[in-house]
Amino acid sequence: MTGPIAPIHSANIGLAAVYRQADALSYWSMRAEDLLSLDAAGLYCAAGGFHIDPVRPVARAVVTHGHSDHARSGHRAVLATPETIAIMATRYGEDFTVARQSAEYGETVRIGEVDVTLYPAGHVLGSAQILLEWRGLRVVVSGDYKRQADPTAAAFVPVRCHAFVTEATFALPVFRHPPVRGEIAKLLDSHALFPDRTHIVGAYALGKAQRVIALIREAGYDAPILIHGGLDRLCRLYAERGVDLGPLEAVAGRAKADLAGRIVLCPPSATQDLWARRFADPVTAFASGWMRVRARARQKGAELPLVISDHSDWDDLCDTILETGAEEVWVTHGQEDALVHWCGTQGIRAKPLNLIGYGDEEEGEGVAAGGAAG
Amino acid sequence: MNRFAALLDRLAYEPRRNAKIALVEAYLRSEPDPDRGYGLAALTGGLVFHHAKPGLIRALIAERVDPVLFAMSYDYVGDLSETVSLLWPTPEATPNEPPPGLAEVVLALRSAGKVDIPRLLARWLDLLDETGRFALLKLITGALRIGVSSRLAKTAVARLGGREPDEVEEVWHGLEPPYRALFDWIEGRGPRPEAVDPAPFRPPMLAHALEERDAAENDPALFRAEWKWDGIRVQAAAGTMADGRRVQRLFSRSGEDLSGAFPDLLERLTFDGAIDGELLVMIDGRVQPFATLQQRLNRKTVTPKLLAEMPAAIRAYDLLAEGGEDIRALPFDDRRTRLEAFVAAIGDPLIDLSPMIPFETWEDLAAARSDPSAHGAGADAEAVEGVMIKRAAAPYVPGRVKGEWFKWKRDPYNVDAVLMYAQRGHGKRSSFYSDYTFGVWKPNGETRELVPVGKAYFGFTDEELKEIDRFVRNNTVNRFGPVREVVHTAEQGLVIEVAFEGLNRSTRHKSGVAMRFPRVARLRWDKKPADADEIAVLLAMLPEA
Repeated sequence: MTGPIAPIHSANIGLAAVYRQADALSYWSMRAEDLLSLDAAGLYCAAGGFHIDPVRPVARAVVTHGHSDHARSGHRAVLATPETIAIMATRYGEDFTVARQSAEYGETVRIGEVDVTLYPAGHVLGSAQILLEWRGLRVVVSGDYKRQADPTAAAFVPVRCHAFVTEATFALPVFRHPPVRGEIAKLLDSHALFPDRTHIVGAYALGKAQRVIALIREAGYDAPILIHGGLDRLCRLYAERGVDLGPLEAVAGRAKADLAGRIVLCPPSATQDLWARRFADPVTAFASGWMRVRARARQKGAELPLVISDHSDWDDLCDTILETGAEEVWVTHGQEDALVHWCGTQGIRAKPLNLIGYGDEEEGEGVAAGGAAG
Repeated sequence: MNRFAALLDRLAYEPRRNAKIALVEAYLRSEPDPDRGYGLAALTGGLVFHHAKPGLIRALIAERVDPVLFAMSYDYVGDLSETVSLLWPTPEATPNEPPPGLAEVVLALRSAGKVDIPRLLARWLDLLDETGRFALLKLITGALRIGVSSRLAKTAVARLGGREPDEVEEVWHGLEPPYRALFDWIEGRGPRPEAVDPAPFRPPMLAHALEERDAAENDPALFRAEWKWDGIRVQAAAGTMADGRRVQRLFSRSGEDLSGAFPDLLERLTFDGAIDGELLVMIDGRVQPFATLQQRLNRKTVTPKLLAEMPAAIRAYDLLAEGGEDIRALPFDDRRTRLEAFVAAIGDPLIDLSPMIPFETWEDLAAARSDPSAHGAGADAEAVEGVMIKRAAAPYVPGRVKGEWFKWKRDPYNVDAVLMYAQRGHGKRSSFYSDYTFGVWKPNGETRELVPVGKAYFGFTDEELKEIDRFVRNNTVNRFGPVREVVHTAEQGLVIEVAFEGLNRSTRHKSGVAMRFPRVARLRWDKKPADADEIAVLLAMLPEA
């Protein structure tokens, strides 16, 4: 990890170094509002002349990760990690932007008056938090992030900052994601109990599907896993980027008998499609943080709910906010109210941004979501 | 408790009825007595714990979780037991004892005093995992809501011994948890439990909705018709025990005992037999609107004033048993003859006979259905919601038998209204904005304003629910706690076609009208709010004052 400011793990020595570097004098005159504002396209940084995860085409965009609600096509210039750039090119075609620039984790890029550095967010392959440094003020825009281990994404790195812009998809204390091993065990136990039934796992095309496959492999299942056509290109991309997913084969073109007893991954919406009729008496599983709440799981028609999320649960959101040392927290999308309230109980200034347009692809609230991927 | 919790968990996610029966059957086969008996009691609604109220559970969680975060969580999850089971903090040190068994929980709750229950409950919640906590809380609050009817559970019991569910149904009312005598009989170790109950519940016969081809394919001469009343289907059963004690009961269609809410009606059941009929509120021989009946249903305690103002009555349309004789195998016509004599012998104006509608052709019946008051329903026509058609030769068979009974409802009313407010739902709809307040235009001087005329909670498909939910989230103009106000100008907003069964004047609603059974019929994305109906359309539908 290189860059002007090392990410902070636990050593307080590192912290002291950060604060020496930050220009305390100018910080006191600066507020996050002076650096970031909201317009119709989303979060805008005037001093740098760029948007972060804009929902409309803009002149210059910095993109946290490849989910379609954060990474849209049609901008004139995009800065993101090489993985996110590759994901966008895979999903939208090579002409998704006029100009592109990739930045490795930890590499600092100057845009206008602002130093921009990307740090791993642990959400999906290539996902990044964005550190903005300007006149001694440090603001981190987290994008979506998680703290659970994930063999398919670089682990989240806490970054000290004055203001932290956080997601809040699962920001209610009822959301406590259990260890993923137990959830994968539920799937494999059911597969052992009903060895002749196809086990269909609905998982978001980018990130969740590959993570579930990698976890199934970690649990020791090494037979070929069948995938829906909508997952194909992204699984290939992950494999090209060095994520080992084991043998994957297409569902298409197989006889019914050959589908019995297989583990199949598909985008969540495909479980309700005509596509799913090819399986005789399948067990339908969903891998999502929403599976924690029964009504949501039933709404989706899950028979085997697997609580596996690529977002932080309540405890991790709270712990992360404390770790960043932020004095001010902006909450972007999800259950803003609860997190804002909790920040208040901790003496942290917090406000909801009420951003519109996020959460549409992936685990966003109230949306069936699914295979926007190719 | 853990095996029962696992059963509930699997049942909750299993949509197939046959698979549910198989799950319950497997549980009853593998679980020992007395736990399985209490499990069966829980599934059939036979366990009631008077001291374990939701308030107690709220108090326990309030000691452990920030009240604002609890309120937000509850609003989101939509179910108290589930919210608490998810929020319950893991104890610092794991207690060194096994989680409690179901029978242990049931017996401890029965013998515990009111003051001991919070401590007992907290200890169990510490010992159980999330699934176990959920099952425990559901059990003690008596609201399992896992899509398992009492009938389904009894079907699973019957399968243990290759018997019919109705055989279980008929001995059921004399039995108590943990049902050892029942299991002994079903599993061939003991005699059939004596049906000591002279007033058992008999599963009702149900009707299919009439379709066009039903009329085309059937000879009207083979059928009888009567009014479909807008009340509550009940079974009034009464008889005398061997020791001379009287038993009188009022059952709902699903076998729930409604006796507590209708003591006035209960004392009128002086006969020995079982009547199938409609529960109505009748004043001076005239049927009152459903809204009046509803006021009686929603009361926890029945006051003498209420009894005097809203007397309950039964309009009888079938006779299932008389003087200890089960007459369900007789054809409808024969039962009808016996019913007429039976009701006449009771001689009570509040237990009267539902009249037959004479007809020769299906067209005659259609005419009666569209204008009941001119075809014999007279002053009660407003309480008619359609007609029932019954095969003259049909015996009384439990359940929905094909081709024997049909219901032919009147067409519902419709109005185009504008979505004004949305609130998150509970239960299955939790976390979706699924409760909608809608309004119609009311002239106000030169301009028009929208006035709320009702609320709808259902009628939409899952797909439509998602569309409305997304619309609400993206078009919120104001928030009031769990309620969002959505945009509703002449140009912008969502038009909903609302269907409803009837309309009454109301002083409680700003619009002056109250709808009966409103629901979302269609989403009119093709219309602008300006195209929605005016209040005058509704006022024209009101019955004459």
